[in-house]
Amino acid sequence: MGELTHLTIAGALDGLAKKEFSSRELVGAHVMKMAKHRDLNAFVTETPEKALKMAEESDARRARGEAPRLMEGLPIGIKDLFCTEGVLTTAGSHILDGFKPTYESTVSSNLWKAGAVMLGKLNMDEFAMGSSNGTSYYGPVTNPWRRRGDNTQLVPGGSSGGSASAVAARMCLAATGTDTGGSIRQPAAFTGIVGLKPTYGRCSRWGIVAFASSLDQAGPMCRTVEDTAIMLTAMAGHDPKDSTSVDVPLPDFRKAVEGGVKGLKIGIPKEYRLDGLAPEIAKLWDQGAAWLKEQGAEVREISLPHTKYALPVYYIIAPAEASSNLARYDGVRFGLRVPGETLDDMYEQTRAAGFGKEVRRRIMIGTYVLSHGYYDAYYLRAQRIRALILKDFTEAFKQVDVVLTPSTPTAAFGLEEKSDDPVAMYLNDVFTVTVNLAGLPGISVPAGLDSRGLPLGLQLIGRAFDEETVLRAGRAIERAAAFTLAPEGY
Amino acid sequence: MSLDPKQVQHIATLARIRVPEAELAGLAGELNGIMTWIEQLNEVNVTGVEPMAGVQSRDLPRRADVVSDGGDPAKVLANAPEATHGFFVVPKVVE
Repeated sequence: MGELTHLTIAGALDGLAKKEFSSRELVGAHVMKMAKHRDLNAFVTETPEKALKMAEESDARRARGEAPRLMEGLPIGIKDLFCTEGVLTTAGSHILDGFKPTYESTVSSNLWKAGAVMLGKLNMDEFAMGSSNGTSYYGPVTNPWRRRGDNTQLVPGGSSGGSASAVAARMCLAATGTDTGGSIRQPAAFTGIVGLKPTYGRCSRWGIVAFASSLDQAGPMCRTVEDTAIMLTAMAGHDPKDSTSVDVPLPDFRKAVEGGVKGLKIGIPKEYRLDGLAPEIAKLWDQGAAWLKEQGAEVREISLPHTKYALPVYYIIAPAEASSNLARYDGVRFGLRVPGETLDDMYEQTRAAGFGKEVRRRIMIGTYVLSHGYYDAYYLRAQRIRALILKDFTEAFKQVDVVLTPSTPTAAFGLEEKSDDPVAMYLNDVFTVTVNLAGLPGISVPAGLDSRGLPLGLQLIGRAFDEETVLRAGRAIERAAAFTLAPEGY
Repeated sequence: MSLDPKQVQHIATLARIRVPEAELAGLAGELNGIMTWIEQLNEVNVTGVEPMAGVQSRDLPRRADVVSDGGDPAKVLANAPEATHGFFVVPKVVE
């Protein structure tokens, strides 16, 4: 038996079933690891006592001979965007100071019902707005990976940066993330783990702090495709409390994983071959196509003509929805309050003190594009182009079963290495954001290391509610890439 | 078009975020940078294309019109910065 913190979900379930170790021991090992690597700043709140108590309850269920649940006794981390009953929930923002929800999000509740154990709440970009975890009020998260022979601290990506860093550093077996424009897949790629954004409507959004309601979706972040399938099964399902949660049958995703790709048609979108795409990324992408071909898939070029407009469309729609969703933070019902002379004065001072610069910028963009005289020119136009982006995919999926792209245009970068230009940071999501606009499932799978020793990911995109094919193809990439590396020292 | 500090002040008021005078010009620059980048959407022909609010905006399910939750003011007020007698407290709004 190796180190408990290096197990996969599948391996840990196996070890628990064979009584090689208890949940208490498994969770205890992770609690120690969480404390040991506190310097990564992956957690906003650690809940070790709760974790050990939940582990003991799991062991007790097992001792009573209860049928093992899907994630029985497994320690996981929860992105601090999910409301957890009685446990501080910050969304990475100063404005939610002291907020302890009196309810539990549906997704985290599903995980606890599946037997999982909560280690704590994971750091993130403020209100999930960012691609580096640099906008968190609780400070940046460090990526456990370093460039070979270079000690520069790198970002884990964002917005689910704490989740990615904690899973990569073996501080938890898996973590929840949320993805509005790439916030699961980009950090997964930057840290050498697997991250899946399910189809819009697959997981309930109830109890998740809202950023852009038509794009937000929760998903699993794990170290293998099989683990991702197990955790997705535990998280997903119809929830009457979220009217956009879809009432469709929930498969056991784990059964799909080893289905293979023989006969599967894989699309390579020519518009994703950007000018100036790093040669290493382009090479890995070609390698990924070759791997799928070797395993019996058919690879063909496809066209998604409106790809280049996806990011600007996103930067109208997401801020518009955010400006509306974030109107609730006004110092009245929860979180920070800065006293004022009048009600408006209190609102304005509270929101000035409570929101960071990126959040302020996006609320103001959103307010502007929704304001009188600009609504048609910006917001409605963006919604029309969003329809064209969806149509591109609908046409493509008449010819192919799954689309293969790089996950990110670069490997992880240093926090100081990106300019202050917000648009430059937005370009991180160039390959992922189309998937949110079209509401499709997408997975990032670690596929290799770049010449400086940093992980790179490949993305697979599927038809709506066809996570099974996405997982099968993701497993085929994983099998061929044989990526099992942990960052050095973790 | 380009936003000037006066317009940025107006947007900030609409958004109920106090922006110090000294930051208005810088913020105008940032917002203009983003809006200029967004202008490329004008080159797309959208004639006859219906706007899309979300992937499943049609046929949202409706639940029965019955009370399904509530009746727990203590929970509702648990996180209030200031509350009294079962109400949220805010600065005086009526003179």
